[in-house]
Amino acid sequence: MARINKNESRAPRSMQISSFPELDDPKAIGATITAEIDGKDVKVPMGTTILEAAKKLGVRIPTLCHHADLCVAGVCRICVVEVEGQRTLQASCAYPITAPIKVRTYSAKVRRARRHILDLMLSKHYGECYACARSNNCELQALAKEYGVDKFRFGHPSEPLFEVDRSSYAIHRDMNKCILCRRCIRTCIDLQEVGVLEVIDRSDKTRVATFMDKPLSDVICINCGQCINRCPTSALRANDPTDELWAAIDDPKKHVVIQTAPSPRAAMGECFGLEPGTPVTKELNTALRRCGFDRVFDTNFTADLTIIEEGTELLLRLYKALVEKDETVALPQFTSCSPGWVKYLEHFYPDYTDNLSSAKSPQQMFGSVIKTYYAQKHNIDPTDIVSVALMPCAAKKFECNRPEMTSSGYKDVDYGLTTREMATMISEAGLDLPSLPQSDFDDPFGQATGSGVIFGATGGVMEAAIRSVVELVCGIKVENLFDHADVVPVRGFEGVKYAELPITAVGPVPEILAHLVPNWDWLKGATLKVAVCHGTANAHRVMEDIKAGGKFSECHFIEFMACPGGCLGGGGQPIPTSPEIRAARAKAIYAEDSGSEVRKSHENPAVLELYSKFLTDGPCGHKAHKLLHTHYTPRGKYIT
Amino acid sequence: MQNSTYGNLTFSTVKPGEALAKAKNMKPVDIIAAMSDSGMKGRGGAGFPTSIKWNLAAAAKGDEKFVVCNADEGEPGTFKDRVILTDYPELVFEGMTIAAMAIGAKVGIVYLRGEYAYLTKQLEDLLAKCREENLLGKNVLGKQGFDFDIEIRMGSGAYVCGEETALIESLEGQRGEPRNRPPFPVDTGFMGRPTIVNNVETLAWASCIIAKGPEWFNAIGTEKSKGPKLFSISGDCEKPGVYELPMGITIAELLAEVGGANAKAVQIGGASGQCVPKTQFDRQIAFEDIATGGSVIVFGPERDMLTVAHNFMEFFVEESCGQCTPCREGNAKLLEGVNMLREGKCSMSYLKELCALGETMQLASKCGLGQSSPNAFLSIVSNFEQEMMGRTN
Amino acid sequence: MLITERQRMVQDIESWAGQFGNDRSSLMPILQNVQKKYSRISEFSMQAIADRLEIHPVEVYGVVSFYSFLKDEVHGKFVIRLCQTITCDMAGKDRVAKQLENDLGVSFGETTTDGMFTLEYANCLGMCDQGPAMLVNDQVFTCVTPEKVHDIIQGCRQSLTAFAGLRKES
Repeated sequence: MARINKNESRAPRSMQISSFPELDDPKAIGATITAEIDGKDVKVPMGTTILEAAKKLGVRIPTLCHHADLCVAGVCRICVVEVEGQRTLQASCAYPITAPIKVRTYSAKVRRARRHILDLMLSKHYGECYACARSNNCELQALAKEYGVDKFRFGHPSEPLFEVDRSSYAIHRDMNKCILCRRCIRTCIDLQEVGVLEVIDRSDKTRVATFMDKPLSDVICINCGQCINRCPTSALRANDPTDELWAAIDDPKKHVVIQTAPSPRAAMGECFGLEPGTPVTKELNTALRRCGFDRVFDTNFTADLTIIEEGTELLLRLYKALVEKDETVALPQFTSCSPGWVKYLEHFYPDYTDNLSSAKSPQQMFGSVIKTYYAQKHNIDPTDIVSVALMPCAAKKFECNRPEMTSSGYKDVDYGLTTREMATMISEAGLDLPSLPQSDFDDPFGQATGSGVIFGATGGVMEAAIRSVVELVCGIKVENLFDHADVVPVRGFEGVKYAELPITAVGPVPEILAHLVPNWDWLKGATLKVAVCHGTANAHRVMEDIKAGGKFSECHFIEFMACPGGCLGGGGQPIPTSPEIRAARAKAIYAEDSGSEVRKSHENPAVLELYSKFLTDGPCGHKAHKLLHTHYTPRGKYIT
Repeated sequence: MQNSTYGNLTFSTVKPGEALAKAKNMKPVDIIAAMSDSGMKGRGGAGFPTSIKWNLAAAAKGDEKFVVCNADEGEPGTFKDRVILTDYPELVFEGMTIAAMAIGAKVGIVYLRGEYAYLTKQLEDLLAKCREENLLGKNVLGKQGFDFDIEIRMGSGAYVCGEETALIESLEGQRGEPRNRPPFPVDTGFMGRPTIVNNVETLAWASCIIAKGPEWFNAIGTEKSKGPKLFSISGDCEKPGVYELPMGITIAELLAEVGGANAKAVQIGGASGQCVPKTQFDRQIAFEDIATGGSVIVFGPERDMLTVAHNFMEFFVEESCGQCTPCREGNAKLLEGVNMLREGKCSMSYLKELCALGETMQLASKCGLGQSSPNAFLSIVSNFEQEMMGRTN
Repeated sequence: MLITERQRMVQDIESWAGQFGNDRSSLMPILQNVQKKYSRISEFSMQAIADRLEIHPVEVYGVVSFYSFLKDEVHGKFVIRLCQTITCDMAGKDRVAKQLENDLGVSFGETTTDGMFTLEYANCLGMCDQGPAMLVNDQVFTCVTPEKVHDIIQGCRQSLTAFAGLRKES
């Protein structure tokens, strides 16, 4: 039998976008076709789906299984339309226009079919809307309203049919709410190539399940939460700790501090009706204080710290490998700030855990600094500190629960909170975020640089690292190499980016690093090879290339982010998500960087103070190692 | 097990190797022209003209093409393919080889349903013999540059895999879930390559058409439904079995032939077909009237039609692939409705709602299974209303 | 050298992948072979197959759960599948079903405690003119009556004893 197509998309063909026959007539290639939709003509390129063509005309066709980030499934059938000459209704998301056609999008047949489909979905959809985390942000609810569903024609479950899977620190699965649109599956298998969820069984017993129906905590889920962002209902949601958090806030003994990451600040506005890409950083500070948080800090502070630690680690690895010819040194060094990526590597490439930077993620560094340095400085008993992290991320919930994340002597970070959960807390406190006055972060961890901010976008860690390496090692101003210190080659949403940075000069290395190696001249003439990659599907590609000894195996430093677009597209961000929304958030993040007074991690005065007063043996020193570094667990992909 | 066939089948009059020997000297266009002249439409039930399918695949671009024989005969009441594969398998293999010549394929696959696993040994033996006789392999029958071989792949118990795109999914190691169409298999089929999927009977007739000439085939049948057809007759009749009858035969004529003249209804086309009551026995079995893959189930005067509907709905509830909403949930609702009717607990308004739902399923389901699954329910409800309502048992 | 069952399974999967091809299109035949040889498609075998074909284990599980003849639980040496579809139903499959349950002492969907028989329903077996029909593994029986059920089951038992006897002699 033929063995071809090995490298094609792994998505089941039934789920792939329709292609259309190639035309022999060269003039027809790139041709446009006129489609008549609801009596209006629209010219579209050959192969455009009816759904896209209708969108162009401003005709809205309802969808459920369709998602801008995913391949076409055509399974929910809510988008059916009447095509003249066709016996049956056609799914507009999967029907390519290859000849002039006439379409009716809301004929009696179509309306009745859609209503029936909704009724059928509701006959299996257990639960009440007002007791649901996604109420008002639920696509099924919105369609029910749109189509005037006023009763359950085919019944409604009075008892739950499935037990809710609450095993995971990060993600809860409630199959009672599932309408089998399979977006989560296409997210997990195609978009992320992790492969935790798949359709199991057939007929009306069909359900979405994990391997052998194991709890989510026992399978290879990396907690990226991308499935949550694409679930139209609340079948998938993050593990919500807000009740416990409110209790901590209400407890006068507790000192509740929160750190906020840059991505939630660029997206939170979406939960309050603002356009995507409207930054609300300073309004958010006010909101958090009014919610009752005792201190509001900026995660960017430890993002800067991460750059120093991770950059130092890289230089040390390079020294060992290039100068001492130590062949045991693992290169390229991989970033470790994305907990989804870390777990992905532990499962799929357990032999490469040594390549991960041992530096903790900014969230976890913050946690250990707060319960040590900050507690000492302000004379607070660390057991009374509740450390909260506002993150764009579902996997951060898992990360803060890793057993090794207790180097402060306590649980370094108590709660990881998603953007969505924080938005709910703010609403609960009766606050309208956009209309709040602006306020600044609290000291001492309120000072951050633009380099910390751009951690939120894919390429950001690399850009921050380059800014610091150039200045610290080469002794030249980064602005001399890149206009306005914008390292454009590592920006943008391209899946994998590669860049080379020739080190032409080695300047006087500042004191903070100078003592690490006897002499820095070995770097002169070297070319730093770096790569940036986001989404685990792209990580898969890069890792396979490394395994095969390809171009990426020659890199020195690679930034990996588990989520498409980086943190701004994280699994804890507001729903919905789409390429446009993520682009808008990225714009907000780069704007914040651009407007920052200090834009380079090594110039962050608070970071420098931390090294001079607390981590006195410097970057990658003994104390830093204890508090700011960690280790990993090769997990493998076999499940027992 | 024995095969009960009645009368002489045309297949027994065509000598093995006869068709292939003729086709060997024909150009691909001539083979397709012969199919076109014969007027044959696919024998699986959908009735797509065979010549058009072959022609599309021949014209499609692809570095490799495939001929797939759909031997996933799962339609309730259909067993003629089993009979053909038992008694005339060489005609099927020849048909595949001829199709391969026509479209330019090198690989043929027989997708045999798991339930027919006992046929594999015999079929494998025959394939080995064909290879020895150079009816398969390199330069088939000395025709330079024409290499073709056939392999058998087994199903594993899924009715929906009879749908051609689901079958291809299954061959590719996927769940047997039908694809979005377009693109069609003739363009993007197995492994993304142009693929023709033909029913067992279609391929066997193709051999006969080449051997006996298209005119012979074209002379039988009606205007729009050419040729003879095998019928699988079962149920309440005296002589169940496989019959070769011309297309266009009326139900009454057919019933007289098989000894089922006192029937109160017949199910034409299996579970996905329709239930025809006695009053319509003058209707023709042909693409212009009642299309079918050849399944005829006879219901005697004593049969309870609601029990029949119940059996069909149970079948579809189990066999729906579960992919699209109308079919997955709709069939379960129709079965629930039949149970309510049996208990005498279904209101007339809910029955109407269910019938409307059935129509939605016909219109909005993704594949032929979902589109035809409510047929039996709808036709039984509309033709035997007096058996439906107000039941006390 | 002691080879564990798992190692043997991995070797088998390796050789079947070699025979049917190294990509996903060989998944069905590999699964069919694993099931035939090991009476089930175990959790481990699904992961080993996934590893070999470079797909996700959950995808293999999805396929196994889709096809009614593929099973992840252990089933009997003889799997009896009685056709439940219309014409076999009309021909009296209910009485045959009852007799099967009586003779085996299990209900449909169950396996006898000695691990010999699994009793199941199947949809149309394509024996509509000769119903009721049933499959015992790959062998088909037609026009089954309650009386014949006993003989068929005895035949199965004897074929195993005869096989065991043969092995003893050799």
